[in-house]
Amino acid sequence: MSKGMLGKKLGMTGFFAPDGRYVPVTIIQTGPCVVTQVKTEATDGYNALQLGFEEKKPSRVNKPRKGHMAKSGEACFAHLKEVPVAEPGEYSVGQTLTTELFQIGDRVTVTGRTKGRGFSGVIKRHGFHGGRKTHGSKCYRIPGSIGCSAWPAKVIKGKKLPGQYGNERKTVRNLEVVDIRAKDNILLVKGPVPGSKSGLVMLKKAEAAAAAGRG
Amino acid sequence: MEAVKQIEREMMRLDLPDFLPGDTVKVHVKIKEGEKERIQVFQGVVISKRKGLSNASFTVRKVSYGVGVERTFLLHSPVIDRVEIVTRGKVRRSKIYYLRNLRGKAARLKERR
Repeated sequence: MSKGMLGKKLGMTGFFAPDGRYVPVTIIQTGPCVVTQVKTEATDGYNALQLGFEEKKPSRVNKPRKGHMAKSGEACFAHLKEVPVAEPGEYSVGQTLTTELFQIGDRVTVTGRTKGRGFSGVIKRHGFHGGRKTHGSKCYRIPGSIGCSAWPAKVIKGKKLPGQYGNERKTVRNLEVVDIRAKDNILLVKGPVPGSKSGLVMLKKAEAAAAAGRG
Repeated sequence: MEAVKQIEREMMRLDLPDFLPGDTVKVHVKIKEGEKERIQVFQGVVISKRKGLSNASFTVRKVSYGVGVERTFLLHSPVIDRVEIVTRGKVRRSKIYYLRNLRGKAARLKERR
């Protein structure tokens, strides 16, 4: 069993669960992914599948990549990513993976790149409360004191300060698969996932991810 | 974006009658108690309707033993068994929140014809 797939976040909405609850869901277009390379212990030192996702015009792909993707068929892909796999022998290059991998009620782990917020202040980046806005105060969004005085005469490492926020890889674990639309390759996952709409996300089966973490 | 709208459209139910703010309605709500399911009726005046695809909602207000009670339902929720229109009220705005400040005779609405 492959342990994961590539997908594209399409947006969020609500979903009426069978028991009448209205569940917040993220809609993820999951695959179809084509196996572009099978990596095995013998040849590469580890077991993995390289998956291609989202077709791209061949004219937009450079020759080395085109040559690599030609092994799996005529289609060229915008994204190539590896997912771990237990039995690489079960897969062959050119095979297509679809949402069949997941079932309703499964738990998945979703990894994506968060929205970039640029160089942000402490209120946005760390949730500081900020200063008072009235009574002559002039410090509205500044961090305030960042440490002590003559001793230790330095700012403690790890102090929360302004800086780059977002545009980083983030993982959300154990999201429930609420519904599957196999015809449209769409997965409805409970709760938010990192990234903007049309952002690339990686879905993994949660028990697989947990086992990998322990091992 | 179109996929999101498509999924929302699929969840919409089109069997409910077309009611407006100001109308008095009976909302038949399914209530689960353990294994059993029964239907409870919530009757009151629709004081607002929120537009949307699957997440459209409406608020019903009633005065129960002198206490105002408002309940917001998701219009397309499967919890709603059916909606009955009792009377159609004549109001001039889409959100009739001013009813909250009125009581007794003043809180009556003219019937629409």
